Amino acid sequence: MKKRIVTVVGKDSVGIIAKVCVYFADNEINILDITQTIVGGYFNMMMVVDIEKSSKGTAAIASDLDKIGEEIGVQIKIQHESIFESMHRI
Amino acid sequence: MISINEVLETNAMVSKMNLDVRTITMGISLLDCVGADVEDTCNKIYKKITTKAEHLVATGEKISEMYGVPVVHKRISVTPIALVGGSVCKTTDDFVKLAETLDKAAKKVGVNFIGGYSALVCKGMTPADELLIRSIPKALATTDVVCSSVNVGSTKTGINMDAVKLIGEMILETAELTKEQDSLGCCKFVVFCNAPDDNPFMAGAFHGVTEADCIINVGVSGPGVVKSALEQVRGENFEVLCETIKKTAFKVTRVGQLVAKEASKLLDVPFGIVDLSLAPTPAVGDSVGEILEEIGLEYAGAPGTTAALAMLNDQVKKGGVMASSYVGGLSGAFIPVSEDQRMIDAVSAGALTLEKLEAMTCVCSVGLDMIAIPGDTKATTISGIIADEMALGMINQKTTAVRLIPVIGKTVGDTVEFGGLLGYAPIMPVNQFACDKFINRGGRIPAPIHSFKN
Repeated sequence: MKKRIVTVVGKDSVGIIAKVCVYFADNEINILDITQTIVGGYFNMMMVVDIEKSSKGTAAIASDLDKIGEEIGVQIKIQHESIFESMHRI
Repeated sequence: MISINEVLETNAMVSKMNLDVRTITMGISLLDCVGADVEDTCNKIYKKITTKAEHLVATGEKISEMYGVPVVHKRISVTPIALVGGSVCKTTDDFVKLAETLDKAAKKVGVNFIGGYSALVCKGMTPADELLIRSIPKALATTDVVCSSVNVGSTKTGINMDAVKLIGEMILETAELTKEQDSLGCCKFVVFCNAPDDNPFMAGAFHGVTEADCIINVGVSGPGVVKSALEQVRGENFEVLCETIKKTAFKVTRVGQLVAKEASKLLDVPFGIVDLSLAPTPAVGDSVGEILEEIGLEYAGAPGTTAALAMLNDQVKKGGVMASSYVGGLSGAFIPVSEDQRMIDAVSAGALTLEKLEAMTCVCSVGLDMIAIPGDTKATTISGIIADEMALGMINQKTTAVRLIPVIGKTVGDTVEFGGLLGYAPIMPVNQFACDKFINRGGRIPAPIHSFKN
């Protein structure tokens, strides 16, 4: 399993999750978990995904997500999960 | 499972609080590059650096992309060149050729600084050490990315006052040779007491002789993260304050540790140390001065500053040490003037003087750093300031350093702009009373009594 953390931050609007999920389905990226919250009027979503079966690497996915983010006016990042594990778990 | 709040906290540190990994520094031993003559040595040095560090910059960028944390600098430190060039360099110009080779190799692999144009003379100078020191002004004037350092003292050996005297003169000469660029050459030179062998930060990085052939050292940063954390505990007591700094330092250092391990794996080079420093930049919100203000001082330099800095430095270490398997380098809070916006403001407001900075260096991780002084300051006065700072390091068994920039043609009231990370600085006044007779005595100051531990 190649776990990555995807975060979507921006102004809330219709179809954000749909757009991101369609991209994942098209690229064989499996969603393991989704959490979302609204902080200060901003939409924050975190997805834990597995990119093992995807033909695209993290860098290619990151650049695709950048474009999707631009289209719908949010910021989408994909990061290796170990940065969060390292920082928040002993 | 990681929670969304933890993810958002990490990402906010990067996007809003300037969290970054300041530098991945590859230490490369050049001891096996000594050739038959200067040219042969230069060729071997160029080949070794460009081979070992070929993928350093790309790897740094890859890691940055992978974790979403900027890796600001990719740099190289090498064996002190006085040792490498000792048998082949017969003139100062021979040493300058080695500096030019380092410059060329560093540019080839795309790093923004290469450190190690250095000599370790804490007890005495060999003829090669002295030649290298005398070549520093020209080496720094003719190269762009080469950094130089000299270790002139240690707790174990005392202070080499002959070297202190010579370096005062060399700093002025470097300033003179680079006066067209506001004496920029001096920004690339630092003089040390108790210099660490594994420091990843410039200008003082060199690859000590106690090190392996090639290693990866990482310097973390994060003044903005500490500052933001402290905003949440305004008015709370010192226990709460210290706990907050420790926890924040832990998180910041964990990022450094992760990046260091990953870089080591990708480059197939052993991991050396993480330097858990609070390294400011001129950017707003990336300042150690701002942390001191958040702790409760009107400006850095106000009464209480030394105590606040001592506490900050200690908590950074306490939090950071547990976060990394190997800690080294300078590790603590840096207090450069020109590279820290709030320190610059404190100087401009008259709150922070050279003497107060000297006191602060007793408890910070390094020393008098990036301080612009009048260009007509005497060489002996510069040596006197260096001697004072070296004495603090020697007696307190800590690293101290001096990076002074006598800006030729400028005086108190003027400002000097170095650009980029080096920032800008108001020229600070220097005590005008003479110390010529003291500096001109020659010889060395013996090691202090508490160094005799055997």
